[in-house]
Amino acid sequence: MAAFSIRCISPISKNRIERIRKLKMAFRLKQKSVLPGFGLSFGFTVLYLSLIVLIPLSATFLKASSLTWPRFWHIVTAPRAIASYELSFGASAIAAGINLVFGLIVAWVLVRYTFPGKRLFDSMVDLPFALPTAVAGIALTAIYSANGWVGQYLQPLGIKAAYSRLGVVIALTFTGLPFVVRTVQPVLEDLDKEMEEAAASLGADRLQTITRVILPAIMPAALTGVTMAFARAVGEYGSVVFISGNMPMKTEITPLLIITKLEQYDYAGATAIAVVMLVVSFVMLLAINLMQAWSGRRTRNSAASELALSEA
Amino acid sequence: MATALTLRNLWAAPDRAAQATTESGWVRWSLIAVAVLFLGTFLFLPLAVVFASAFAQGVSVYFAALREPDTLAAIRLTLLAAGMAVPMNMIFGVAAAWAIGRFEFFGKSFLITLIDLPFSVSPVVSGLIYVLIFGLQGLLGPWLAAHDLKIIFAVPGIVLATTFVTFPFVARELIPLVQAQGNEEEEAALTLGASGWQTFFRVTLPNIKWGLIYGVILCNARAMGEFGAVSVVSGHIRGLTNTMPLQIEILYNEYQFAPAFAVASLLALLALATLIVKSAVEWKTLRSAEQPEASAVDLRTTEKLTPVIGAKAA
Repeated sequence: MAAFSIRCISPISKNRIERIRKLKMAFRLKQKSVLPGFGLSFGFTVLYLSLIVLIPLSATFLKASSLTWPRFWHIVTAPRAIASYELSFGASAIAAGINLVFGLIVAWVLVRYTFPGKRLFDSMVDLPFALPTAVAGIALTAIYSANGWVGQYLQPLGIKAAYSRLGVVIALTFTGLPFVVRTVQPVLEDLDKEMEEAAASLGADRLQTITRVILPAIMPAALTGVTMAFARAVGEYGSVVFISGNMPMKTEITPLLIITKLEQYDYAGATAIAVVMLVVSFVMLLAINLMQAWSGRRTRNSAASELALSEA
Repeated sequence: MATALTLRNLWAAPDRAAQATTESGWVRWSLIAVAVLFLGTFLFLPLAVVFASAFAQGVSVYFAALREPDTLAAIRLTLLAAGMAVPMNMIFGVAAAWAIGRFEFFGKSFLITLIDLPFSVSPVVSGLIYVLIFGLQGLLGPWLAAHDLKIIFAVPGIVLATTFVTFPFVARELIPLVQAQGNEEEEAALTLGASGWQTFFRVTLPNIKWGLIYGVILCNARAMGEFGAVSVVSGHIRGLTNTMPLQIEILYNEYQFAPAFAVASLLALLALATLIVKSAVEWKTLRSAEQPEASAVDLRTTEKLTPVIGAKAA
């Protein structure tokens, strides 16, 4: 009984001590440490970050603030701009959806099954990170154009893959491919086989075990991956410009619209659209951070409950 | 004995247990087929088409395309831009990892988010921000023009844009690694009389070596392949401000497909080399993680520190 009550209380008091420690830390700028070099490394980090990233980024907002609000609104809600948002966000969402479905299958197959060439496929998943976007762009265009390796079979079916919205989706699927696989894979590897055995012994069939036990466990990671793939796709330029055909109102993505405005020396227009894209990417970054915290908490919780189980 | 027992248990276990926790054969093989088909169309096909198109008009056209003066200039510029951006970001990455991984301070997670920022900015916007500062119409434009300094549509702009898009790579690899390793080894080194720099070069650096290589390799791949950001700041002056990806674009838009794919094949080879090094590093870290930790730590610290202490005593 005594042991029971101690076990019950101790996590709470531990939590409280941790919280007090954190609170104390929040009021002190830096905790004491015997290691040297904080001033130098921290100073250099902040200086370099400010020079390369923060000051240039804030200059964009400064430049945009020289626009009056009605003028800004007029630029960012022009029909051509709206059409580009629809394409960029729509195609990115479809590509992220494709990557969710196939990313889950690929991650599952790579973790759970063995087949010849598995290691090769596993390391090739990162190719879209390593292959320059321009190379991917011309390669995909060559494959899906009317006389290309795949395009020639789609043409008779009346499917126009290159120089169409479908082409944009294909290019964005390529660039976002590694994200879901690489976020889900480690979670799937750590997933306890015992949970599945427990589900099975409680009478669940395989499909039920997968939908009720495995999918909920990997969902936070999968959603993080999907959001990353979407965020990357929205800003993507190099792989899309070659395959999209770049028709205003039809196959013109938002980053291309910025380039078009720059080439016409319309700096104000380019800046206004860039501000919209920056705000979207900040929101996406925030969403990804929140999701990662959520998914991290979930894995930590399950680890904690496992520990409690093994102690008991 | 123990293995024999588990083996017998496995044999004795009825197929039903396996059925409940694995998929039936046809499900398994169709899932593998779907995955292989998906990866095949989206990864292997593009790679294959690059090399097939590069050699479509023969080997001589391929090598002639690579010897073009404009192409050679593009290769040189790409090497120059990566050669400047990567070391700068490497030094930054190590400094950030030391500050963030070794110390506790207020606003740390916010700082990490800020470091990640360039990843979520569109490449085109990454180039545009420098045009808005250094361009003729930019904030510093008139001053630069008065002093006859050229940043946009010149090499410095290309280096800056490349630095921006590859900014987080090394830091991102190193921060979690340094955090996971803890401070004990460095504290031991300091206690044994090593100076701060000695501790860094002889204890920390060997420990983060593989992560550093990995980060630098990824950083370099992106630096050499960046297209959107560089395209905005370069001005596309042939032989002067064209990097390899921009040269590919120009050749491709002129319908010189074989030469365009020839240059592209060089970058594809770089991507493949990057993946090979990445796999090797992952394999290496996996193997060192499997080694018994205590002995590895002991060996490393005593080996590395003995000469330091010896030098001090002498």
